[in-house]
Amino acid sequence: MSAEPILQVREATKAFGGVLALNRVSFDVGEGEVLGIIGPNGSGKTTVVNCITGFIKMSSGRVLFRGQDITGKAPHKIADMGVTRTFQVMRPYYSLPAFKNLVIPLFSPRARRTGGWRGGGRLGDRDTVGVDILEEIGFERDSFVPYKLTSALPTGYLKRLELARCLALKPEVILCDEVFSGLSMSEIASMLPLIERIQMEGITVVMIEHRLRELFRVANRIVVLNFGEKLMEGSPDEVMSDEKVREAYFGSEVVEEVMTYA
Amino acid sequence: MSDEQRQRRKERLDRGIKVRADSLYAMMSWRELGYLTAPRLLLIGGILVLPFLVPGMYWQRVIAVICIYALLALSFDLLAHFVGLVSLGGALFIGIGGYISAMLNTSMGVPPLAAILIAALLGGIICTLLLLPCLPLRGVYFAIVTLMYPLLLMRVIEAMDLFGGTDGIMGVDSFPNRWVEQYFMIGMVLLFLFGLRRLVNTDLGLVLRAVMDNDQAVKASGMSVTVFKALAVFIAAFMGCLGGASIVHIYMWGGISLFALDFSILPIAATIIGGGGTLVGPVLGCFILVPISELLREFGTLRIVAYSIILMAFVVFRSEGLMNYGRRKYNQFERWVKV
Amino acid sequence: MIDILVYGTVNSISLALMALGFALVYGISRVANFAHGALYVVTGFLTWTLFRGAGLNYVASILLAMLMTSLIGAAIYQFFLIRVRGMAISEIIASYAIGLAILEGFRWGGFKGMTYTLPPFVEGSVMLAGTPVDYHRLLVVLIGFAVVAFLWIFTHFTRIGLALRGMAQDERAALMLGIDSDLMAVVAMGFGAMLAGLSAVVLLPLGNIVVEKGYDVLIQAIAVCIVGGLGSWAGAVVAAFIIGFAQILTVVYWGAHYQMVVALLAIILTLVLRPSGLLGRHKELEERV
Repeated sequence: MSAEPILQVREATKAFGGVLALNRVSFDVGEGEVLGIIGPNGSGKTTVVNCITGFIKMSSGRVLFRGQDITGKAPHKIADMGVTRTFQVMRPYYSLPAFKNLVIPLFSPRARRTGGWRGGGRLGDRDTVGVDILEEIGFERDSFVPYKLTSALPTGYLKRLELARCLALKPEVILCDEVFSGLSMSEIASMLPLIERIQMEGITVVMIEHRLRELFRVANRIVVLNFGEKLMEGSPDEVMSDEKVREAYFGSEVVEEVMTYA
Repeated sequence: MSDEQRQRRKERLDRGIKVRADSLYAMMSWRELGYLTAPRLLLIGGILVLPFLVPGMYWQRVIAVICIYALLALSFDLLAHFVGLVSLGGALFIGIGGYISAMLNTSMGVPPLAAILIAALLGGIICTLLLLPCLPLRGVYFAIVTLMYPLLLMRVIEAMDLFGGTDGIMGVDSFPNRWVEQYFMIGMVLLFLFGLRRLVNTDLGLVLRAVMDNDQAVKASGMSVTVFKALAVFIAAFMGCLGGASIVHIYMWGGISLFALDFSILPIAATIIGGGGTLVGPVLGCFILVPISELLREFGTLRIVAYSIILMAFVVFRSEGLMNYGRRKYNQFERWVKV
Repeated sequence: MIDILVYGTVNSISLALMALGFALVYGISRVANFAHGALYVVTGFLTWTLFRGAGLNYVASILLAMLMTSLIGAAIYQFFLIRVRGMAISEIIASYAIGLAILEGFRWGGFKGMTYTLPPFVEGSVMLAGTPVDYHRLLVVLIGFAVVAFLWIFTHFTRIGLALRGMAQDERAALMLGIDSDLMAVVAMGFGAMLAGLSAVVLLPLGNIVVEKGYDVLIQAIAVCIVGGLGSWAGAVVAAFIIGFAQILTVVYWGAHYQMVVALLAIILTLVLRPSGLLGRHKELEERV
């Protein structure tokens, strides 16, 4: 973790009606690290992502990206700066081949700026660039998978497609909203190296996860949320051995299970 | 559902020729080439010779009117089925385009064809600016706002006695002759029909459809949804205003009836009858509906009743429309199979 | 000054009466019933036919006309709108098409040649602080308050009213509790149509029965509901007073033409500036991902 945090969340607060979904949550994300955000259901994890990426307006608090205030900016402006996100509920184009889904991010101004000589399709053709990106993310180029109808793809590939959508923008930060949920063990196992590779390319990753065991293998640091408040922050080991965290996850056996495994 | 039906289901298979014609090999056989091009040639050829086939001046004028409705229907189809903005305000485009063209012609002496093009451009910009604040609205709200705009402008012109008030603007120049009138309109319809078909299949068209299906993903990809919606509204408004500008030169008069309900409802009915999302369907719908409406003209408002009922019946009972039905029949054959 | 106050109140109550049926149907089954204005005119025409044509007693013909309108409304839902349930745009287009067919049908075959009027319930007028007000306008105010009170009691204390409110709040939960949501939507539509009819018989004696009223009533009902916030009843009542007084003020100072301009502007401005209206609650939900 380098000295200057790439993303700073300061006292983020969000109230839905009378319910405090987030209550003065603050944390930093260091450049190039993988930060995990965990917490029981309804603890405000997705709300954090929505607040950072501008999909929800915060009631109060600030978000800084590279020291610049991005609080209250429109979602597309934040994405244009390089802070991208995946969605928990994926809605790709089911009626189109998989690679066609990438035409949409490749059409964006950021992709045109960052795409290099190929210009994300400015000079070349977005379809080819799309297939290239899909290959990087684990769609076998020579097989028929990238050309298959999206509706025929299994969930694992759809999650990769969602990540590919972010990568097409050449982002600086990716916020992953439960990319492991709904996947089988083997599918997750094949996704983990992907996350590591994204990190090696210098992209900062924030992961919201329910699957602690897998998360703890890739994450450098963990933030724990409970009832919209930050419970603690630390390395995976510190978090696992913390008493408060065990209590928050009612069935403390989850943590035990993770501990025995790790 | 009867017992017999329950044990059978309809199986749909692509025709062999459709499958062959989808691939590059279609180029190698006249039969397959014909299969691909026949419907298009039939449509273009049919529309082009139509002015020679109809009896008399009156029906030739109807062709021009059909083309204006077809432009409106195309603009409705583009907005509703490719961008997800259901606009019930075709009359807004017609009215604004019509008034601008009529004023350009009567007060500045701009010749009709030039006035039409300027009015389409200016009107497109004005309509886009008027609708710009409403673009973030969701389905029903956008529909209500667009329905109210033409009514508002109509009442404002009436109340403040603007632009000739209820009398309207008289003495607008007509087209040089009726052949120019008809072939200008037909040319515009064909231009926009095939232009839009091309547009919706480009990358830009894909992004527009993404705005409709999943605007969250578009935002998360770093693009402003409003910009794309505004672009689509401009294209639609340009077409609508072009139609409106033409109509004042056809009738040589422009007034508050340009904001009338006909222009909002009939294109929607045509789109739904013809088949939404096909672009050709709405044009065909206009070629069916407008003549019916003209035949009923002597019965006054009965024509509105007629196409309202047709519209309602199609929305409720046959929402797929003729074109989708026809395309299915053309490309596939169906049979009952036992389950 | 006093006359503005009096006529503003009467106008506001009239608007509230026009809007209640629309608000009720939208509130319960989320159907924007664009045939509302047509149902209003239908009741007027039916009452006129029964009273002047068939020579029935005035009260009997009013009640019968309202009942028939309510059945027509329920039938529109049962036979047409139910098939496009949940597709908001199709519902609007279908109901608007039905409304147009009815209204333009009347223009073609119904209202011709003469002026169609209904007599006021009570003849005569009274002086209120120097302004003459006829008894019928006072009755409108009384009936308006009575209807609002009745609706409140109906939806808070009767079985069917509670079922309707349950459906308005959470249709799935209502389904699980054994409320037939299709049946309730039909009932709601019937009630909405009856309210449209009630406003028609109460308000039409103040003027002529003409087809244009159908469009004006629809626009004003939508204006009241949008400004108040779609789905919010209290908002609708507040909005009725705001628009009602705004209309009377513009009519007094600028001219009668501006009455509808005010309503239309109110719709557009509300949707542009604050789509959830004065008291609507959808905004917060829509922001969620």
